[in-house]
Amino acid sequence: MATTTIDGHEVQVDEDGFMTVYEEWTEGLGRELATLIGIDELSDQHWEAINFLRFDFSEQGETPTLRRVNKVGGIPTKQLFVLFPKKPAKKMAYIAGLPKPHGCV
Amino acid sequence: MTTTDTTPVESAAMVPDFGDDETDRKICFICSKGTLDMAYPALIMANGALGEGIETHIFFTFWGLDMVTKKTMDDLKFTILGNPATHMPQALGGIPGMTGMATKMMKKQIAGLDVPEIPEFMELLSDMGAHMWACQMSIDMMDLKKEDLFDGVEDIINVSEFMELSEDAQVIFV
Repeated sequence: MATTTIDGHEVQVDEDGFMTVYEEWTEGLGRELATLIGIDELSDQHWEAINFLRFDFSEQGETPTLRRVNKVGGIPTKQLFVLFPKKPAKKMAYIAGLPKPHGCV
Repeated sequence: MTTTDTTPVESAAMVPDFGDDETDRKICFICSKGTLDMAYPALIMANGALGEGIETHIFFTFWGLDMVTKKTMDDLKFTILGNPATHMPQALGGIPGMTGMATKMMKKQIAGLDVPEIPEFMELLSDMGAHMWACQMSIDMMDLKKEDLFDGVEDIINVSEFMELSEDAQVIFV
């Protein structure tokens, strides 16, 4: 498994740079990961999505898809595209220190 | 990458490429069929394209209009008739009630995968930013108006307008 250094912390990542160990993530790392992909400030709305992803992953064992974040997490899809432009599912997963979602819908 | 590789990559953080600079990819789906099994593939691919930040257009023509006509969009059907991939004797398909039963079964399987029904799927795609267009000739042929269509349909356009908007796009006919 490859590792990389984020904000002075060595973390395990997959070949694309997504963190692979749930417990290695912290909110501070989340903020740093967001900056790395061009989201300089995380608002409460960003955190609502990130926290839902973390919680749902801990319950389900997989990263929720956009539809699930909408249906179960109650966050409008349109808003996700504003908060995490263009590729919300992957960007949210990256910031939340989770694998890319695998579900198609 | 192997599991035995424990060497740190390098001092700079490894960041995935989200391809934010590649803004020019554009994809157009042409939906020409109004059966459940022909509706879902395009919608699922369109959903995937939108999730990747790709500009996505869907053009509904002929029976594909059923997917965005308010009266029919919640009532698409699946039939085993003319579909040997069901591996059922074709004669069964003609029995009254068989299409209803096949439709019910398919809907159940799709719901089991947590994939939404057509009207909800259309709302989802619309929220994700899909551009939806209805075919002028089909609208005329079926005697429909803009008000008869799902609200997410932006406009009724003719073939030459579709050709203009699909210029430089990848086009997928379903």
